[in-house]
Amino acid sequence: MIVRLIERTAVLLVSLAVSSVLVFAFMAVLPGDPARVALGVNASDQTVAELRRQFGLDRPLPTQYVDWLGGLLRGDFGTSYVSKAAIGPQVFDRLQVTLWLVVAGMVIALLVAAPAGTVMAARHRKVSGLALSAVSQLGVAVPAFLAGILLIMLFAVKLGWLPANGWTPPAQDPAMFLKQLILPALSLGLVQGAVLTRYVRSAVLDVLREDYLRTARAKGLRPFPALWRHGIRNAAVPVVTVLGLQLATLLIGAVVVERVFVIPGLGSLLLDGVSNRDLLLVQDVVMVLVVAVLVVNFVVDLLYVALDPRLRVGSR
Amino acid sequence: MKSYARAVALVASAALLVLTACSAGSSTTPGSSPGASQSLSIGLVAEPASLDFTTTDGAAIPQALLGNVYETLVKQDDSGKIVPSLAKSWTTSPDRKTYTFDLVDNAKFTNDKPFTAADAVFSINRVKTAWTISLKSAMDVVQEAKALSPTQLQVTLSKPSNDWLFRMTTRIGAMFSESGVSALATDPIGTGPFKFSKWNRGDSIVLQRNDNYWGSKPFFNQITLKYFKDPTALNNALLTGTINVIGAVQAPEALKQFTSNSKYQVIEGTTNGEVLLSFNNSKPVFSDIRTRQAIRQAIDHKALLDTCFAGRGKLIGSMVPPTDPWYEDLTGIDPYDPAKAKSLLQASGAAGKTLRLRLPTLPYATSCGQVVKSQLEQVGLKVQIDQLEFPAAWLTTVFKNADYDMSIIAHVEPRDLGAVFKPTYYTRYDDPTLQQDLAAADAGDEAAQVDNMKKAARRISEQAAADWLFLLPNLIVADKNVTGLPQNAITESFDLSRLARS
Repeated sequence: MIVRLIERTAVLLVSLAVSSVLVFAFMAVLPGDPARVALGVNASDQTVAELRRQFGLDRPLPTQYVDWLGGLLRGDFGTSYVSKAAIGPQVFDRLQVTLWLVVAGMVIALLVAAPAGTVMAARHRKVSGLALSAVSQLGVAVPAFLAGILLIMLFAVKLGWLPANGWTPPAQDPAMFLKQLILPALSLGLVQGAVLTRYVRSAVLDVLREDYLRTARAKGLRPFPALWRHGIRNAAVPVVTVLGLQLATLLIGAVVVERVFVIPGLGSLLLDGVSNRDLLLVQDVVMVLVVAVLVVNFVVDLLYVALDPRLRVGSR
Repeated sequence: MKSYARAVALVASAALLVLTACSAGSSTTPGSSPGASQSLSIGLVAEPASLDFTTTDGAAIPQALLGNVYETLVKQDDSGKIVPSLAKSWTTSPDRKTYTFDLVDNAKFTNDKPFTAADAVFSINRVKTAWTISLKSAMDVVQEAKALSPTQLQVTLSKPSNDWLFRMTTRIGAMFSESGVSALATDPIGTGPFKFSKWNRGDSIVLQRNDNYWGSKPFFNQITLKYFKDPTALNNALLTGTINVIGAVQAPEALKQFTSNSKYQVIEGTTNGEVLLSFNNSKPVFSDIRTRQAIRQAIDHKALLDTCFAGRGKLIGSMVPPTDPWYEDLTGIDPYDPAKAKSLLQASGAAGKTLRLRLPTLPYATSCGQVVKSQLEQVGLKVQIDQLEFPAAWLTTVFKNADYDMSIIAHVEPRDLGAVFKPTYYTRYDDPTLQQDLAAADAGDEAAQVDNMKKAARRISEQAAADWLFLLPNLIVADKNVTGLPQNAITESFDLSRLARS
């Protein structure tokens, strides 16, 4: 048990270290000079060189890397090349926005997938099960941004029920916040829900074929109560794995959905940073995303053990 | 073991709680604020990267702040004429080197300091010392600026220059307070009809009416400039009432949904944005004028404009928009004639050669690039299209290193003929005759300026220094009751002070 925890923690730390190097190296080879982008089209080479020196871009790469990482560990995200503002507060401001989206998307995905997947599995030979299956297949094929555009067309432009885009912090106007959250959360959640439904279905199907479930039925339990009491926890193990992976997909999906819905989240910060060659900001945001994904996977690893006692025995 | 499961479950639910308990960012929805009847929301495309246009280039910052938060001594009116602003009047010495400005005596900065000639001297000198953007070179010609009295300013130039006074209408001429430049990137302080209120990064900039403004006060007490990366999202925001005005339409093919709806007005005028098919004149293939002329004659500009900008915009034959005093219709030079283009290419030996058309990743450049490629291939050239990410990759490759044969980009700066066609610019256009015309225009009186600029414009067109695909239109869509919107966008600023609601 403890061994597994130590082992997982070690893997997490090594992954973090390696990804920080990769993120830094990738930014370093990106074409385009941040100083020149900041100074604009007619800047002389001399002013560009001066600004590069100011940014510290003229130092050797290893020095820049160590400084950057040291800053991150101290909680200092540095100062933006472009806006000259501290990056840390910007990143956390935007992260809060994106987290709302991701969490709301995830909740919707689960609300869709758990019942739909279970019904599909229980009725997998019947017409209703097959029909649900076809619908979820369609959902898998639609990218989140397209779902977003279609939802806007229908509910905002055509029917006028919900705002087409924008963002209001919940503290400022909770009603407006919810109204503006619905469409982007749906575009993320429905698509992820469709993917998740497929996994729930196959996990439940596997469980349905198990001996212990047949025994439960033989004792006289009806199919759904039998599944509920004896099957759900077993079926949850593979689904939780997928949930972890999907959280990463949701974060990435949010980047695109934020653009479609004009939401000032981490995704739009990242895209602006890339196009302005605000490299330090991009580095920081990517690193925050990487940390988020790795930590989620770490938690998922631990959750397995909590859900499936057999894994605990095995790891001893 | 049970306790482990419980602990993990606890951690997981705690994490979820933290996630949901986070209060979200810091942006607002326009229209939901108090006094909504007196506020207006304008949708724009490019969000500024900083609020400091002295060190960050780009059109977005002056668009939002110049004329609204910052003012200049002189400004351009709708017809392009230079008219008074913070300077009530001015005189020019007979040798055209000394300008004396009489300043208004009741202007005040938003930090409560009065505007005086000392601030003007400070602002002019600061361009040379503290500004980093390349446009600052417009101030190089100033030899000395001094305050004769609190309301009188004298500026001496090292040589006569018409261009200097014109540049004083642009951001270069913005007047700053000596005690108000400590945080330009986040807290701009000027004398204008609006004061900066709030910047929700990634979303909007909010301006408040300056109730101490020395001139006539604006109608709206709050104007929100809301930024959209995606043209469809911008259109939807107007359709659903989130914004009242689309300041610059990006996708003209989507205009139909507004022209057919009586709730909206569509304004179409001109800009300073010449869309150039630029040639790298330092490449041997372009050293023969016949090749350059052939390319111009191979392009059917009308068809191109219809295809890549839905027919909106104006055809121009040189680097001058119709709002400049020296505009002439030069579209007759090198008219569309594919047969002649073919024979010119044969004669110059360029037929069959491959040219690299390196495009910035901008919608108009991408779609126009396809048309240019197909039209040039019809007359016997081969065209290889590369897409370069804009701005960063395009700036480095094409603009700085001139590693290209042809490119397509809109030059949106006002009166930029001289800046674009010179040997050190990415066009690599080396033409002493043109330089003579430009120098004569800068030094002469008003009539001489117009004459010589006409000569210069004709010269680059006849020399086929580039091809002018079209002039970007000023396209604005707004709620029907919004008044005071500019017909033409010929200055760097979006003038908010004249907007009202009928």
